[in-house]
Amino acid sequence: MKTNRRHFLKVAGVTAMGLAAGAGTAAASYLPHYDHVAPNHDHLTAGRWGMVIDTRKFHHKEDFLPLVEACHKYHNVPTIPGNQEIKWLWTDSFHHSFPNKHNEFLEEKMHHQDFLLLCNHCKNPPCVRVCPTQATYKRADGIVIMDMHRCIGCRFCMAGCPYGSRSFNFQDPRPFIAEQNTDYPTRTKGVVEKCNFCAERLAEGKLPACVEASEGKLIFGDLNNPESEIRHILAENYTIRRKPDLGTEPSVFYII
Amino acid sequence: MFDGGKIIAGIIVFVGLMTFPFWYNVGQAAYKTPELQLPPKDVATQCVESAEWMRAEHMQLLDNWRDWVVRDGNRVYTSKQSGAHFEMSLQKSCMKCHTSKEQFCDKCHTAAAVAPYCWDCHIAPKEEK
Ligand code: SF4
Ligand code: SF4
Ligand code: SF4
Repeated sequence: MKTNRRHFLKVAGVTAMGLAAGAGTAAASYLPHYDHVAPNHDHLTAGRWGMVIDTRKFHHKEDFLPLVEACHKYHNVPTIPGNQEIKWLWTDSFHHSFPNKHNEFLEEKMHHQDFLLLCNHCKNPPCVRVCPTQATYKRADGIVIMDMHRCIGCRFCMAGCPYGSRSFNFQDPRPFIAEQNTDYPTRTKGVVEKCNFCAERLAEGKLPACVEASEGKLIFGDLNNPESEIRHILAENYTIRRKPDLGTEPSVFYII
Repeated sequence: MFDGGKIIAGIIVFVGLMTFPFWYNVGQAAYKTPELQLPPKDVATQCVESAEWMRAEHMQLLDNWRDWVVRDGNRVYTSKQSGAHFEMSLQKSCMKCHTSKEQFCDKCHTAAAVAPYCWDCHIAPKEEK
């Protein structure tokens, strides 16, 4: 009996060694090589990306349309009727956009004007803090971005975002995309999505699609660089941000 | 006593069940690597890495690519084989040569009974009918 067990253990040991060696060679045949990957050579960089929206230059509801369309077309954002709407770039009234206490005797047109809204890419983003999988995270350049591969659809980020910047996919969005952009993915049922400050375009050296379509009504640039165009515009114009008292420090500014 | 008969019968049944897949497949055709439709030579002469390497490792490659692109912002891959640069993109690189998902990806995936969910989001090229 004893010799048998010894024999069994020997055979088991040799087999285990063989398996380990096999696994070792399999692992060795794949060598990831970080030093062989790099950003595009013409990608745009910044210390902290930000956007200024010149609300004085938007007069009619139609003025917003080309911008929204440019964004939604580029990113395969579906048009779903009803209350399951998905939105990256949208508009709302002054009182919904800026709900805090305002000056009395406000200029009359403010009450009727619409404002362009998107994710604020907050400096202090609550959505990132609450995301359990780090699917939502803040990049070094200030962009609050989503890794769709990781999103588990728990929607903590939707509860965390005080700006309603995020949409949840209750259903497969594909049937609601009129014209697919085959260079950009769609989403699946069960994930959250939002504006990504066109990170994929910045990587190619292009400005965001909405900025390009705005013909100068939106200004995009590096908030950390005091010499940048966006900082000059911020220095010369009076701007407001959405819900500043919450301390999220939005990177989207509105000239009023 | 020790119920030897029952134990031996039990062992026989157990071994029989455990080896079921082996003797069930006796006489059936062996697994053959499916015939893939490779991209025409004028479209693509060279893949990112060698064909053998891609066959074995493309899943790890793609897994790394997505992290390098989405999380690290690195978008250009240098081939170990040729030193050529490729944009790390399923839609913008891989599928520009492998223009038929059905004739290329699906053939192996179906034979191996794996269902990657890449295509739930990434848009495959339109199949030519
Ligand atoms: S829904 Fe997705 S992105 Fe939002 S908190 Fe959950 S895992 Fe993170
Ligand atoms: S606006 Fe909302 S989603 Fe965007 S960074 Fe701020 S908290 Fe997050
Ligand atoms: S920055 Fe890009 S993703 Fe964000 S709203 Fe503008 S076009 Fe859409």
